[in-house]
Amino acid sequence: MTLSIIAALPLLGALLLTSLKQGQIESIKRIALGSSLITLAATVLLALNFEIDRPGFQFVESYSWIPALGINFRLGIDGISLTLILLSTILVPVVLVAGWYESEGGRFSVKTFYVLVLVLETMMIGVFAATDLFLFYILFEAMLVPVYFLIGGFGTGARQAAAVKFLLYSLFGGLLMLASIIGLYVISSNQIGRTFDIGALGMLQIDNLTENFLFLGFFIAFAIKAPLWPLHTWLPDAAKSATPGTSILLLGVLDKVGTFGMIRYCVELFPDVAKTFTPLIITLSVISIIYGAILAIGQRDIKGLIAFTSISHFGFITMGIFAMTTQGNSGATLYMLNHGFSTAALFMTAGWMISRRRSSTIADFGGLQRVTPILAWSFFIAGMSSLALPGLSSFVSEFLVLVGTYTRYPVAATIGTVGIILAALYILIPVQRALHGPVADGNAGLPDLNRRELIAIAPIITLIIGLGFYPKPALDVINPAAKATIIKAGMADPLPAVGGEK
Amino acid sequence: MGFTAPVLEYSALAPMLVIFAAAVIGVIVEAFASAKLRPSLQLAIPLGAVILSFTQVITLRGTSTTTAAMQSVVIDGPVLFLQGTILILAFLGLLLIADFEQFAAQASAIPGSPEEAVATKTGKVQTEIYPLTLFAVGGMMLFPAASDLITLFVALEVLSLPLYLMAGLSRRRRLLSQEAALKYFLLGAYSSAFFLFGSAFLYGFAGKVSFQGIHNVITSGPGNDVFLLIGLAAISVGLLFKVGAFPFHAWTPDVYQGAPTAVTAFMAAATKVAAFGAALRIYYTAVSGAVWSWRPLLIVIAIITMIAGSLIAISQRDVKRMLAYSSIAHTGFLITGILALNQSGITATLFYLATYGLTTMGAFALVSLVRDAPGEVTDLNRWVGLARRSPQLAIIFSLFLLSFAGIPLTAGFIGKFSIFSAAYENGAISVVVVGVLASVIAAFFYIRVIVMMFFAEPGSDSVSVIIPSRFTMSVIWVAAIVTLLMGVFPGPLLDLIGSISTLVR
Repeated sequence: MTLSIIAALPLLGALLLTSLKQGQIESIKRIALGSSLITLAATVLLALNFEIDRPGFQFVESYSWIPALGINFRLGIDGISLTLILLSTILVPVVLVAGWYESEGGRFSVKTFYVLVLVLETMMIGVFAATDLFLFYILFEAMLVPVYFLIGGFGTGARQAAAVKFLLYSLFGGLLMLASIIGLYVISSNQIGRTFDIGALGMLQIDNLTENFLFLGFFIAFAIKAPLWPLHTWLPDAAKSATPGTSILLLGVLDKVGTFGMIRYCVELFPDVAKTFTPLIITLSVISIIYGAILAIGQRDIKGLIAFTSISHFGFITMGIFAMTTQGNSGATLYMLNHGFSTAALFMTAGWMISRRRSSTIADFGGLQRVTPILAWSFFIAGMSSLALPGLSSFVSEFLVLVGTYTRYPVAATIGTVGIILAALYILIPVQRALHGPVADGNAGLPDLNRRELIAIAPIITLIIGLGFYPKPALDVINPAAKATIIKAGMADPLPAVGGEK
Repeated sequence: MGFTAPVLEYSALAPMLVIFAAAVIGVIVEAFASAKLRPSLQLAIPLGAVILSFTQVITLRGTSTTTAAMQSVVIDGPVLFLQGTILILAFLGLLLIADFEQFAAQASAIPGSPEEAVATKTGKVQTEIYPLTLFAVGGMMLFPAASDLITLFVALEVLSLPLYLMAGLSRRRRLLSQEAALKYFLLGAYSSAFFLFGSAFLYGFAGKVSFQGIHNVITSGPGNDVFLLIGLAAISVGLLFKVGAFPFHAWTPDVYQGAPTAVTAFMAAATKVAAFGAALRIYYTAVSGAVWSWRPLLIVIAIITMIAGSLIAISQRDVKRMLAYSSIAHTGFLITGILALNQSGITATLFYLATYGLTTMGAFALVSLVRDAPGEVTDLNRWVGLARRSPQLAIIFSLFLLSFAGIPLTAGFIGKFSIFSAAYENGAISVVVVGVLASVIAAFFYIRVIVMMFFAEPGSDSVSVIIPSRFTMSVIWVAAIVTLLMGVFPGPLLDLIGSISTLVR
């Protein structure tokens, strides 16, 4: 089972779909789900063969692609990318099952929806597995196209405006990154010959000023994607307009490309400069944590709420990455995984609530606990995971990030801790309003989760609880890679200072 | 002093000779063939000539000579590549022109006059457009091959004069079309004058008209720098006019809009290839020794052209005008390739020209299909909801637009990447940064068109796409496939260009 075959599986499914007629809705859905499940199975098989203690990239593949420009089709994964690929391949079938009817009633045909999702899955696997900068960039940019059509074609409300805003923001970042990539490419062709191999690019000798600019090109692109304050404004719009399924993929996976890029490209390619910018970036992350949390508290729209909680969470992830400690780094990666699951659970349950109630205003959901207990409990667990309740998966990662940051930036970590308190507010207030209290008008007859929905939510909740009690398998995979990143960045973990010995 | 008979290497000149001969035959056919036979004959001759000429280009591959016509024509790798590109574009352009419906029956009839009505009614259709196209193609093939100022000027005129006429041949909105032709002619004549003026000064500077001679004097000779600068500036004005760079771009939108769309397609694609081919030769071989004098100016022009083209395009409501401004922005990108002044610059420019030419051809071909009862509809507001009515064409048009915008997996991205990296290599970082930012602006208006086609509700006056002729449709498909293929597997073409991209002095 090679990476390229896994990446090609969803694409094959998409090709199969194009041969079907538009009217065959059920078979279109089954084939789409089937190919995403096969992809998941293949990825799990691959993960079982992953050797935890082997340094460097595994399952490496390399084919010559555009020799004239030194571009190769080069794939390989380490613990970080494996985690994220697993996340993507788990979320896609879950999204398809959860939003079984999401594809209907959009501007485009049902078939188009599934073709777009499957093409997107191929690109998601590819973007995490790419070890050639050019390949990464191509997928990074090309991913925008299916997402754009998913938001604009199947969303609700001001979907066109949201889709265009998303696209332009991302393109702007992407083109800045392109300028940096060109710079890096020219430097590499002067020093070691034309190459985009990220291993080789990390060895280049670049003068400090140039390196600063190159770093910024990459960082801004990823900070838009992630999104970090103040480049976040596209996210709430996109999340509000997109269908819940698209939002899960957008926040759960696509935004992770930003944080993943910060580790793989910003920190590993420009370690020296990354250190220069660290104080600034940590500050921005702390602002993101607090800002996202405060705005989340004020949200009346449930999708907007989840979007702003994510901005807060991405603040934590970015802080963990740039703390430049092993704990911070592996905490950040684990956070990416857990945030994927808890956001997926939140959006799924929110989506069901919205489709039942035909409203996305939090106040309209009053009393769901009594009417639809399973739905309410699912939302509650997802919310608890989002506020990092001990025993649920996010707690481990948030704790690691804060500990990892504290050893180097105690002030930032301390302020970041406030985010946890705010998180309790932004989750508990809607839980109280939406689930408890008297049954609001029109909520009395709402049906609880059906079997399909249970099948969709069960694995995610299992993972949230399972990884909360026993995060070792995930950490075992992530830790060596995180350690390698810190070594590549030329940093050592600070020893915990013992009081009085100074 | 006796007259020396010129020595010509007919084999090296064969591609151009075939085209010119076919053009002359076309004129004779136009005069003598019966009205019934003429249309098919007039299409067959140029198509055959283009194919024959293309085979000649292929047999000439690897040739590199400066003595093809008494030191005034160079045949080398880039020239042959450009000639091949022009021929492919000409072939596609002829197929578009063959959809004869868009041309005036008799160009000489006054718009709205009884003569015109009679000619249209009786089907007495003139077909002079084919020989005109061939003359233009011949001129375009000579333009990048010319290696002295006189030949360069002759080629310029041979390619321009037929284009002026062709721009005025539209069947519908004839006044607009004739206005475009007149504007193009007047401004073109003006720029030709500049060009000649510059040539005279360069001759005054070097005492020679050949590029080699000018180069020698610049590097070693005792020339007068004032003459050099004036000459260089004036010649650059002439060239920049032809490629439509800011501030010499004013004709572009009017001509693109007024000319029959098939002609616009051919002109937009092929003229750019020929003119940039010539510009490459001049700046890389003739005046490369005086790089200090022209490079800063070209940097400024490239930057302004990219920004102006992209910004003005935003406010356009007409699809042909929008594409015209987009072509201006692309001119800026292409000037970046000239600034690079290195081997990768040549490779990148040639690749960009070939792929951009084809994409442009396809885009305009597609525009010619969007019609309502009275004819083509170029008002963007009426393109709303096009995807509902003909999803296939809307998807292909989006592909072209994405390629113009330089989104990965399209040819446009590879072109932009290679041209920017070539410029960066030579330290033109400011141009690269501006180019990248201009791309963001440009992306905005390309995306707006996509939004209109896909996401807006079709109104009552939305247009339909007529069932297209096989010719136009095949052009569109060829362009679409190449645009996609060159975005995913550009390797072979880049290798080919890389192996031939040495300009001979």
